[in-house]
Amino acid sequence: MFAFIVRRITQAIFVMLIISLIGFAIKNKIGDPVRDLVGERVTPAERAEIRDRLGLNDPFAKQYVRFLKNAAHGDLGLSFFYKKPALEVILSKAPATMELVLGAGLIIMLVSLPLGVYTALRPRSFLSRFTMGFSTLGVSMPVFLTAIMLIYIFGVQLHWLPSYGRGETVDLFGNGWWQSGFFTLDGLKHLILPCVSLASITLPLFIRLIRSEMMEVLESEYIKFAWAKGLPPMRIWMVHAFKNTLLPVVTVFGVQIGIMFAFTILTETVFQWQGMGYMFLEAVERSDISLLITYLIVVGSLFVIVNTVVDILYGLINPTVRIAGRK
Amino acid sequence: MKKFVVVGLTLFMVLAVGFSANAKTLKVGLDADPVSLDIQVQLSGGMLQLSHWSFDPLVRWTQEMTFEPRLATKWERMDDLTMRFYLRKGVKFHSGNPFTAKDVKWTFDRMRKSIDYKGLIEPFVGIDVVDDHTIDIKTKKPYALLLNMATYFFPMDSVFYTGTDETGQPKDAIVKIGPSFALNNSSGTGPYVVTSREQGVKMVFDRFKDYWDTKSPGNVDQIILTPIKEDATRVAALLSGDVDFISPVPPQDFKRIEKDANVKLETINGGRIITFQMNSERRPEFKDLKVRQAMVYAVNNAGIVKKLMKGTATVAGQQGPEGYAGYKASLKPRYNLKKAKSLMKEAGYANGFECTMIAPNNRYVKDEKIAEAVVQMLAKINIKVNLKTMPKAQYWDEFDAKVADIQMIGWHSDTEDSGNFSEFLAMCPNKETGHGQYNSGMYCNKTVDELTMAAQSETDLAKRAAMLQKIEQILYDDAAFIPLHWQNISYAGKNNVGIAPVINAMNFPYLGDIVVK
Repeated sequence: MFAFIVRRITQAIFVMLIISLIGFAIKNKIGDPVRDLVGERVTPAERAEIRDRLGLNDPFAKQYVRFLKNAAHGDLGLSFFYKKPALEVILSKAPATMELVLGAGLIIMLVSLPLGVYTALRPRSFLSRFTMGFSTLGVSMPVFLTAIMLIYIFGVQLHWLPSYGRGETVDLFGNGWWQSGFFTLDGLKHLILPCVSLASITLPLFIRLIRSEMMEVLESEYIKFAWAKGLPPMRIWMVHAFKNTLLPVVTVFGVQIGIMFAFTILTETVFQWQGMGYMFLEAVERSDISLLITYLIVVGSLFVIVNTVVDILYGLINPTVRIAGRK
Repeated sequence: MKKFVVVGLTLFMVLAVGFSANAKTLKVGLDADPVSLDIQVQLSGGMLQLSHWSFDPLVRWTQEMTFEPRLATKWERMDDLTMRFYLRKGVKFHSGNPFTAKDVKWTFDRMRKSIDYKGLIEPFVGIDVVDDHTIDIKTKKPYALLLNMATYFFPMDSVFYTGTDETGQPKDAIVKIGPSFALNNSSGTGPYVVTSREQGVKMVFDRFKDYWDTKSPGNVDQIILTPIKEDATRVAALLSGDVDFISPVPPQDFKRIEKDANVKLETINGGRIITFQMNSERRPEFKDLKVRQAMVYAVNNAGIVKKLMKGTATVAGQQGPEGYAGYKASLKPRYNLKKAKSLMKEAGYANGFECTMIAPNNRYVKDEKIAEAVVQMLAKINIKVNLKTMPKAQYWDEFDAKVADIQMIGWHSDTEDSGNFSEFLAMCPNKETGHGQYNSGMYCNKTVDELTMAAQSETDLAKRAAMLQKIEQILYDDAAFIPLHWQNISYAGKNNVGIAPVINAMNFPYLGDIVVK
């Protein structure tokens, strides 16, 4: 186990290095951050002076080495727009995104598990056919369209749910960091539409995955044996079949959580959700370089962490799977 | 004791509820929030809006483009170079400090240290304090736009900003990147005090209890400003009732807002001209006057205003809009495809030529669509244009590098005067003086340069207007650029929000005076 984790951390560091290098390589292509900081009357010479002071005119290698040196000391640079350390900005935006992903994850679990199992057990029923048809539609619909449609129906037309932002939040740890929307009615109302939009991307996938896995398991020998043994159907379905269905689902869920973080960029933009995704898009527009690179690194490490956790979980759910390094 | 506390708390809550029933809150959704509380750190529309909400200028523009006294009650010209301003008495800053002439001088001197403002106040020598409530503003040369510039003087609380903060940095430091005292703290004389600010998320303003302008009709006690960048979301927020007031309104949603009985739309000509510049140094064909004229004749700018802008812009034939000193009514937009074709023939380019164009895709209203439309229009006179559009973050570097033959630029005169267009867009580019800084067409005409400079120090307004009009005529005849339209500024709000009286061509809605019924 220990060797496994050490190996993972080494891999993670390597991934971070590559991400930061890519981030650095593209940063000159996305525009000049100084433009966004000055008015139209500021002369090119004065702008060049600011660039000089920020070290943006240094050669690529010099800038990168300086970045690595500072990063090793935990300093990922200053966000030009927020005028604060980039990592601090991202950490302050992280709770909003986490809540969004958590909410979407909950919706996916609560909806896909029963529906997936049901469609596997009763493939010919009307509800199953409807679900499968609807999920095809869901897979092919881009998330921003879903989001705008939801806003239009539930916000503009019906006035049931708010159309943007996070609403009333509660300070979770008393230090102002984690502002949670899960504990107020207003906050929960604000969570519904963004979470549903975000969930809509992967929900159909999970229904289909659970369905096909479950069907496959139901055909296997040991299930037939269980039937022959005369076990009650509920026990066969839930204990014997369902548990084995979960294995690939957990793996996919791990990967999909990462993908959901990527999709928060779109969802957060449409709903003006003040999280990391929205911040990232704004940072691209403002060419806020330090913030961009830090975001890439943070999200990259998130991917690594989630996948590591999934690998460990995998071993726990199915003891026959041996994680490399665990002898 | 416990009883007292309970009774006290109950009383407090009843009172609080009672107060909040009367308290009026205005929820505002704008495309961006101010980048800092330090009004001199950046010269931009958003920062000037904040300046008008939290500070007061010496004088300000009215809707009719006249000057309204604010912190200066009256002014008189002492000589060619000096203007005396009498300051309002009994005005208090948010910190409680009294407002005096010293603060105006201090503010001006600080402006000098701001790279954004120092160009703007370049014509000034400085401010002399005559007594506690009288100042003399001195200029280097006779300067016609002194009052225009006085709209940029928002006195800051000199006592409040003096000293050093806990990190040892002087409180008046102007810091573009990184923390500063003024970034998070402010004290002005304006109608609203900033009570909380989470950048990019929310900003709360409370009405300043001791605000001097007791005659202001404004009755809003609290403003909650939320930046909503996405156009569709901003409109949805208004329609769903989550906010009371939004700006800007995207043209494609005008109909929807007009159809909705609960909200209303207000637009006003903002005086931002959208043009294309033709670079005759890159493209020899553009040196030919007839080709340039043909291109102006080929562009159906009235059609663009109607189809793309949905009527929310004013078709332009010159740089400055109506109401500006240099506006010449006879310079009409000239779309005439037949004439354009015959001009091309006369110039010997009946078969046309190929050239390149760049335009931003998120800077001006419908910028990308406008560029695409112009490409099609130019194709009709056989000019094949290869268009490249890009986000504004990348655009301006390309613009400065003059990478394309035709480049789009929009310009709003920050002095609200015609001369400013010529100074930045039409004068011969000169790195030393900074003139023609955004003239990527490399248009260069000695007469235009001389007239622009002369108009700056001409204090006889009639003579000055004649000069500025002459410039417009020359640029028109020379087809120095392709004029499209002046963008309108658009606002929308619930029916009970009195938008119309507080908006103006500068896009500084005077929220201090806004009335909510």
